[in-house]
Amino acid sequence: MKEKRELKSSKKREIKKSLFLGIIIQVIAFIIFASTSPAEAARKLVKVDGSSTVFPITEAVAEEFQIDTRGKVMVTVGVSGTGGGFKKFCRGEVDITNASREIKGTEKNLCKKNKIDYIELEVAYDGLAVMVNNKNTWVDYLTTKELKKIWEPKAKNKVVKWSDVREGWPSKPLTIFGPGTDSGTFDYFTLVINGKEGAIRSDFTASENDNVLVQGISTDPGSLGYFGLAYYEYNKDKLKIVPIDDGNDKNGKGAIIPTQKTVNNNTYAPLSRPIFIYVSKQALKKPEVTQFVKFYLNNAAVLSEEVGYIALPLEKYKEGLNLIK
Amino acid sequence: MNIKKLIARNKRTNNIFKWTALGSTLVGLVVLAVLLIDIASDGLLRIDMDFLRNFPSRKPERAGILSALVGTLYIMTLTAAISFPLGVGAGIYLEEYAGKGRLTKIIEINITNLAGVPSIIYGLLGLGIFVRGLSLDRSLITGALTLTLLILPIIITATREALRAVPFSIREASYALGATVWQTTWRQVLPAALPGILTGMILALSRAIGETAPLIAIGALTYIAFLPESLLDPFTVMPIQVFNWVSRPQSGFATNAAAAIIVLLFMVLAMNTLAVILRQWFGRKVKW
Repeated sequence: MKEKRELKSSKKREIKKSLFLGIIIQVIAFIIFASTSPAEAARKLVKVDGSSTVFPITEAVAEEFQIDTRGKVMVTVGVSGTGGGFKKFCRGEVDITNASREIKGTEKNLCKKNKIDYIELEVAYDGLAVMVNNKNTWVDYLTTKELKKIWEPKAKNKVVKWSDVREGWPSKPLTIFGPGTDSGTFDYFTLVINGKEGAIRSDFTASENDNVLVQGISTDPGSLGYFGLAYYEYNKDKLKIVPIDDGNDKNGKGAIIPTQKTVNNNTYAPLSRPIFIYVSKQALKKPEVTQFVKFYLNNAAVLSEEVGYIALPLEKYKEGLNLIK
Repeated sequence: MNIKKLIARNKRTNNIFKWTALGSTLVGLVVLAVLLIDIASDGLLRIDMDFLRNFPSRKPERAGILSALVGTLYIMTLTAAISFPLGVGAGIYLEEYAGKGRLTKIIEINITNLAGVPSIIYGLLGLGIFVRGLSLDRSLITGALTLTLLILPIIITATREALRAVPFSIREASYALGATVWQTTWRQVLPAALPGILTGMILALSRAIGETAPLIAIGALTYIAFLPESLLDPFTVMPIQVFNWVSRPQSGFATNAAAAIIVLLFMVLAMNTLAVILRQWFGRKVKW
């Protein structure tokens, strides 16, 4: 009786052991099988990376492109920021990079060093909207000088109430919100408002996520902030947009609100800017990349509006198409 | 009289302590409940077959999580397959074979320190070694290897704890019968320690499943509308998809993000359930 039980349990142990071994063998087999199965080379791949600002447009184009080519060409889009995108692009790791500003000198050098030639293509305009809380009754407009007064580095601990900005405004606390230092939006805003890229006061709430800024501005009655126009479009009920006067009557008189028209004809200066894709000339030798870029320029007008940006005048897209040929 | 007062006071103190401890326990539960209710009310209705079957899209109502879901499943399977033998092997060596020399001590301190390194650092390491050094590109295998680095210290530590919990008398009995260290470990110690090791393993994987930073650093993608066919194919994972959706202006994407978080929570829950089942399955034979 006892012997029988022992036999049974040893048999069970055998089964368990072989089960365990079996699992190990399967895992190893899976790894070997998976690593030897057909690799990427068989697929036609267009690799895009870069700015999160341009991402929605590129995503929309990639989506339509893949429907159009019925999945024969595959497009991947990463988001590593304008700067991160250029780093990969100039190492030849991606075919195209999204950029919310023009390429910088150091990035140009990196591209040159790695022998990457590129074409810069404008794909849409992005307006930077200046926002206040919708309980704010006193702000009728802001001049670029006043914006500088609020945002410049020496404003720290000095411009803290609305009365510090313009005489006659209430002495209510001013809390400010803006994009973080990693974004091209930040680079652009500091350049055109404060006169030097990256120069900004340090006592404001920064976030790379524009929805956080929307939340901050819409809950604080004394708030002010700036971010891409697309985020205003979808949060109109929570925010109040501020018209901007750049003091230059040649490009539109007085304070101007960013709209499709004012951004497109550049009267909403200086807070509107083009956004780009950079295409490597080496990558353009691959027919699928050329095909994708052409598709991009042909459809960017419609698709960029659909995701909340402002389309370029049509001849600009034609100029781009000529560069590709 | 005095003693009664003393007892009454002690009982009061006891009660105060009990309620404080209960309060501390409830804080965690309440926070979790609030989080779950908030997420569920935002996203539960959004989950349907199309949401699981569709690729990402610019239109929130058309967007789905297929590529992220499949990417996460692949990454988890691969990470588990690579980190289990490495982590358990290292744990066994350190606990059963290694002497108590200076080298062992250095290795031990190293492993403990590695467990505290911010995850983004592992991402940069992965970018340097796997993406560029070994030119594996931004592929599934790169992601899995990077996450393996991230969770190895946890697995090694858990393995060692589990092995240490096996009474030394068991080993001595085995040695007394003439067994070698290998035989003792394989037949006696490891089966007894397996439930503990598996628990550690699953906890480590539950951490890996929610990681975004190291995968973004190695360049995992945000938009990808096809499924990987080999280990060298590009991929995305659930946390990256959620991260992207949360930062989009349309409110529809916030709903999508909430729905994707629910799916992710279910995956973690399923993994933890599996851990409990495995622990009981392997633990039922241990009689002492």
